[in-house]
Amino acid sequence: MPLAVVDAQTLVDAVALGAVYALMAVGIGLVFGVLRLVNFAYGQLVMAGAYTLAFTSHLHPAVSIVACFAVVIALSTAIDLAVFRPLRGQSPAVMLVTTFALAFLLQAVARIVDVRDGTIGEPVRVVGQLNRAVGIGGVNVRQVTILAIVLGIVVLGLLALLLGRTTIGLHMRAAAGDFRTARLLGVRSNRVIGFAVFLSALLAALVAIVLTVRKPLVTPAYGLQETIVVLVGVVVGGLDRLWTATLGGFAIGFATGVINGVLPTDKTIFLPTAVFALVILVLLLRPGGLFVPRDAATVERV
Amino acid sequence: MSRFRPLVELGGPALLVVGAGLMATVVSRSTQIYVLQAIVAVAMVVAIYVFVGNSGVLSFGQISFVAAGAFAAGVMTVPLVLKGAILRDLFPILRDHELGNVASLVLAAGVGGVLAALVGLPLMRLSGLAAGIATFAVLEITNNLLREWTAIGPGATTLSLVPQTTGPGQATVGVLLVIAVAYAYQRSRFGRRLRATREDPAAAQAVGISIHRQRLGAFVLSGALCGFAGGLYVHMLGSISTGQVYLELTFLTLAMLVVGGMTSLWGAVVGALSVSALDSFLAEAERGALPNGSRLVVVGALMALILVLRPSGITGGKELRL
Repeated sequence: MPLAVVDAQTLVDAVALGAVYALMAVGIGLVFGVLRLVNFAYGQLVMAGAYTLAFTSHLHPAVSIVACFAVVIALSTAIDLAVFRPLRGQSPAVMLVTTFALAFLLQAVARIVDVRDGTIGEPVRVVGQLNRAVGIGGVNVRQVTILAIVLGIVVLGLLALLLGRTTIGLHMRAAAGDFRTARLLGVRSNRVIGFAVFLSALLAALVAIVLTVRKPLVTPAYGLQETIVVLVGVVVGGLDRLWTATLGGFAIGFATGVINGVLPTDKTIFLPTAVFALVILVLLLRPGGLFVPRDAATVERV
Repeated sequence: MSRFRPLVELGGPALLVVGAGLMATVVSRSTQIYVLQAIVAVAMVVAIYVFVGNSGVLSFGQISFVAAGAFAAGVMTVPLVLKGAILRDLFPILRDHELGNVASLVLAAGVGGVLAALVGLPLMRLSGLAAGIATFAVLEITNNLLREWTAIGPGATTLSLVPQTTGPGQATVGVLLVIAVAYAYQRSRFGRRLRATREDPAAAQAVGISIHRQRLGAFVLSGALCGFAGGLYVHMLGSISTGQVYLELTFLTLAMLVVGGMTSLWGAVVGALSVSALDSFLAEAERGALPNGSRLVVVGALMALILVLRPSGITGGKELRL
């Protein structure tokens, strides 16, 4: 199979996809840090945001975007109060199954809401103008690609500041390290968890906006495929630390972008098999995560 | 009354299944499909329970063995005269042979068991989240291969013309067999060792139990039973596509196990039958007043509700007692 040289166009697109996945990885990693809960239903937050954008397409873009943030944050808070809070202290497996159920539930609700008009799928038109391309050094880059990359850098930078320089950030890091000791030292658990859930909802709304420019047709399964890929990315990268999880999310997005850009479609039909086989291999060799320093890896093995 | 305990623990689930089987013979044809589906669901959920329930390790991958069993039994029972025409790309050994009904079910169990052994050998070293993600990867790989590799199956098209041999009789006998094997396993020393590792891994290892070996044994047995259940399933439907044995079935069967109670055979059977009953009732209602998709909303909400309010399921994860 002759490998075409990866051109700048493909690289830029791959970096943008990596940035979007990195944002999702942060959203999943933040909640995991304080709750030890892998949120399989994270994609459904993105889906809810995307539907909000679709249903408010006739309004001013600013209104539409504000509505998107409001809906995603409200839904996320509701899930935290109704589901995550009573589940605290359960085993990770039970929590994973619960969010699995939640994902199917929200997807089914979305289907019912969506097919009221007789067709499945709603188009988003609000931010479509971001699809226009600009030329930078001979490479045609869509505005949304630039937006995704800039957003990724800015958000990750702000997050690093928040976690490193503020009291709530310190509390969150303490809670992620050892929740019980953090509580003994006066960290208020509901506040920390609520804040993490809020931040992850903010990120989901941002991802919804960027994704709907790339994929304007919103369906009930919107965000599901991305969540599966990102979950794989964060576990392979190392879920115990936020930065390794983020790096894992970015890496899998970047790799997907490059492979899809380079290989023709008929060569990629067995790609999922190769990717997931690799995932199993990494889990077997480095169960703590690929990017976790070897000596620091807390190996979960029997 | 401890002499009667095995009788009750095995008789209770068996009676429920026989009752459902008898019901399938008297109801109308359209209702019969729902009852048969419920009985086959019991086979799948009990098969999954053998590993997940006894070991306490979550697996999203057991439906891959159901899928492998279903396609193995399906492909091998399509009549030879038709197979050459509709499944042209098959390996010659698959294309030029045909199996009977019982032989195809045995093959399905064999394929499920062998696959589970191959996958389980490395995977059973993992636990917790890593195990969850790795078994999920197995499901994705199986689905991808079955969808795209036309040398082993129909690929992305629907496999049809499979003889519909799973009626009330075969379904009931098949499920009783699965339940008997599952019960015999959990009463055996292997089953008890595995349950000990579930309750306290450190203590179990301290008395000399190899967690890896016990889990692998249960995983292979579960894989074989899953394959067998897949065989029953394809012979009930008469046709199958890869989408039918993928995420939604994984979700439904896990929901059944969780709702019934993950840690008991009684819970697996009760969960499968009650969720199936609810599911078919809602499927009927969807054809009338309820909007399409309400089925999954209710089942999903029920599953989440049970997990939050009563994580041990409606049976409390205990076997039947009189």
